[in-house]
Amino acid sequence: MSTSAQLLVINGLSKSFPGVKAVDDVSLVIATGEIHALLGENGAGKSTLVKMVYGLIAPDAGTMTLDGVAFAPQRPVEARTRGVGMVFQHFSLFEALTVRDNIALGLPAADARGDLAGRIVAVSRTYGLEVDPGRLVGELSVGERQRIEIVRCLLQNPRLIIMDEPTSVLTPQEASDLFRTLRRLAGEGCAILYISHKLEEIRALCQRATVLRGGRIVGACDPRLETARQLAEMMIGTTFALPQRPERLEGVVRLQVKQLSLPAVGQFGVPLQAIDFTVSGGEIFGIAGVAGNGQTELMEALIGERVVAEPDVIQVDGIAAGRFGPDARRKIGMAFVPEDRLGHGAVPGLSLVENVLLSSRMTSRFGMIDWQRVRTRADAIVTTFDVRSAGTQHAARSLSGGNLQKYVVGRELLTEPGVLIVSQPTWGVDAGAAAAIQAALLELAKSGAGVVVISQDLDELFQISTRIAVMAHGRLQPARPIAELTVEAIGLAMGGHQAGPHARAEDAYA
Amino acid sequence: MRNAPFRLEARREPSRAMLYATPFLAFLLTLLAGIVLFWVLGKDPVRALGLIFVTPLTSLRGIAELLVKSTPLILIATGLAFGFRAGIWNIGAEGQFTLGAIAGGSVALYFHPGGGPLLLPAMMIAGVLGGIAWAAIPAFLRTHFNANEILTSLMLVYVALLLLGLMVQGPLRDPQSFNFPESKLFQPAAMLPELIPNTRAHIGFLVALAVVAVAHVLLSRHIFGFMTRVLGEAPRAAVFAGFSEKRLVWQTFAISGGLAGLAGLFEAAGPVGQLVQQLPSGYGFSAIIVAFLGRLQPLGILAAGLLLGLTYIGGETAQIAMSLPSATTSVFQGMLLFFLLASDVLVDYRPRFGRRIVAGGA
Repeated sequence: MSTSAQLLVINGLSKSFPGVKAVDDVSLVIATGEIHALLGENGAGKSTLVKMVYGLIAPDAGTMTLDGVAFAPQRPVEARTRGVGMVFQHFSLFEALTVRDNIALGLPAADARGDLAGRIVAVSRTYGLEVDPGRLVGELSVGERQRIEIVRCLLQNPRLIIMDEPTSVLTPQEASDLFRTLRRLAGEGCAILYISHKLEEIRALCQRATVLRGGRIVGACDPRLETARQLAEMMIGTTFALPQRPERLEGVVRLQVKQLSLPAVGQFGVPLQAIDFTVSGGEIFGIAGVAGNGQTELMEALIGERVVAEPDVIQVDGIAAGRFGPDARRKIGMAFVPEDRLGHGAVPGLSLVENVLLSSRMTSRFGMIDWQRVRTRADAIVTTFDVRSAGTQHAARSLSGGNLQKYVVGRELLTEPGVLIVSQPTWGVDAGAAAAIQAALLELAKSGAGVVVISQDLDELFQISTRIAVMAHGRLQPARPIAELTVEAIGLAMGGHQAGPHARAEDAYA
Repeated sequence: MRNAPFRLEARREPSRAMLYATPFLAFLLTLLAGIVLFWVLGKDPVRALGLIFVTPLTSLRGIAELLVKSTPLILIATGLAFGFRAGIWNIGAEGQFTLGAIAGGSVALYFHPGGGPLLLPAMMIAGVLGGIAWAAIPAFLRTHFNANEILTSLMLVYVALLLLGLMVQGPLRDPQSFNFPESKLFQPAAMLPELIPNTRAHIGFLVALAVVAVAHVLLSRHIFGFMTRVLGEAPRAAVFAGFSEKRLVWQTFAISGGLAGLAGLFEAAGPVGQLVQQLPSGYGFSAIIVAFLGRLQPLGILAAGLLLGLTYIGGETAQIAMSLPSATTSVFQGMLLFFLLASDVLVDYRPRFGRRIVAGGA
């Protein structure tokens, strides 16, 4: 493995958006065969930088060379022709098509012809990326879907692969499989530019790290020689306190779910089967599981987007709320943060101020909106939770992911809920913002509220939960106190040994 | 593509400036295209445009006619704005307009030739209810069978036109009409009071202004207006907020149908003065252009309604004075919508001219 040859040289790249310098005079060298981490908070400019390398965004200034030859991709297809591939955080796959067809759609027409299925199998064998070209994407787990994206990338013989938070949706076992593949690729001379918020995995995987803050490079290091905390502090430029889990309080039961069952909706829906749990005041109840095992459906049932026929299946402070819609549930003290902040928890095209109204109905008796009150609340959210935006009059979609998440979580917290249900509270959120959100959740629990956190991030669940239950195949395993659990045991239960989401539930808890 | 002289770059958020500028841009482009069109037809473009856009405004009669034409456009478009914001597409205002005229007109004819001061209010209520009843059909089909309201509401227009034909040839026909398909002329108590003496301008325009004012408040300050925007922008967020899509479908269809019905009644009890087969003359469709040109905002719709009203009057004047084809008015209205939709790309995208400045020293 030679790490001396310069593969990609970035020289003074800059890019401005209205009101913000997203990338400011960044120079960077990626060597052949190295796994190079790009670290930074949300809004630090990581995504903008790699999008310029991949030809998705045109730089305002600066140059790049690839193998010593000028490199200025106008479009992704040009970047791919030159051997630069990218695996996105959000997959662009069609659920109703087969693996083969999905891969064919992403390839140049010439590459898609011939025995594509054969080549897919060959590549996936070589790199230990098990995929069956004939299966429908809708039937596959998130980890399997990611493998499709990687295989698609590899079919074009890349020299540099950019990976944007690849493990955020994987189980620990899936993540370690991915690392094995990446190390093997690097060993063959392919460089990998790796973006992640998970500092531990960067320490385990990467040889070099470049830290971005406010669009500028503020540091470079060998992550193997630093602690996760040191890396995090380099990113945010200051020290911060990790949230402390409170001692278990034996509080009153605030949320009780009894034998909650719902049929599946649509071809790829998961039926909920006899879900049972209680959450006491003062506790954070963690629900672990790989995406697509019924968490979305459970969230819908808890929010009241889907109501259940039997009112007392869901009880909040003793009130039977099963048939209540979202509005009525908020009135009895519930609050919700759905997984998808853009389009579900917030309306992308509406301003931050207007988005307050989604969950806090600040109106007079006749339905007239009290804009003054709404604006005051929006300002309070921004101040209390340190949301960085150009102003509360700007559209929600103009915020970075982490800042919007802080805003949405803050919006719900300021309603002072008795029961808070949060899905993926720190998904795609940087370390500083994640710590702030986790601290706020702990604070809420301490004040006597019951908090349910549905998350795929086991580190997070172990850090803040009082008890954890694993969700697999639409069933919820009995919850256990955190002290009795290990990441490995939960990871195995989560994976259900890679069985499809419709496999027998009894196999799930190994 | 690679060396295109200009490219479009996505904006981080929609440009507010462009949102308000594009209707003017569309109008400008329509004028330019009009000049080319008239030039190709061998007509004097300056004279034609003058006749269309300026001449009507120089006489009291012209202004009165402008109000007559704009009133139904403004009423209907304001109603449509509610649904369009929510992504609920009532394309059948023309049909609801027709039913409003039939329902309100029937009340007038029932009391013919009498009727006291309460007759006109009763006709207006009947007109609104007629429009709502017709709009309720697509609303019901969508909420119960998930039928596409664009198709159902549009197809019901033709049913409504046939129904009007049936009425004026049958039960509502004037016995003294020598078999012409038309009703009796409405009695004085059933006619809208004049707004400008000795012209056809009627007080319906004042009602339209009041409707615009109420709609403005509803859309900008009331939770109902907020609900329509959330449903239109992010249906999942509407579910999260607890807004019922079904209820909004019913409500927006009721508002747009009711206002279209009122406009139909005004047309019958105002400039026309009876029920005839030709009563619906396309206002329900032109109002769609008005709604979008006015940015689905009541005040914008007021301005756009007046502009489109102008193309009706001016188009007619120009047709007569310069023997232009009768399609002139429709062509202008079509071009307005076409250019508006085209220039709307500027709201979400920023044009970048020239090659990119990337290569630098390499």
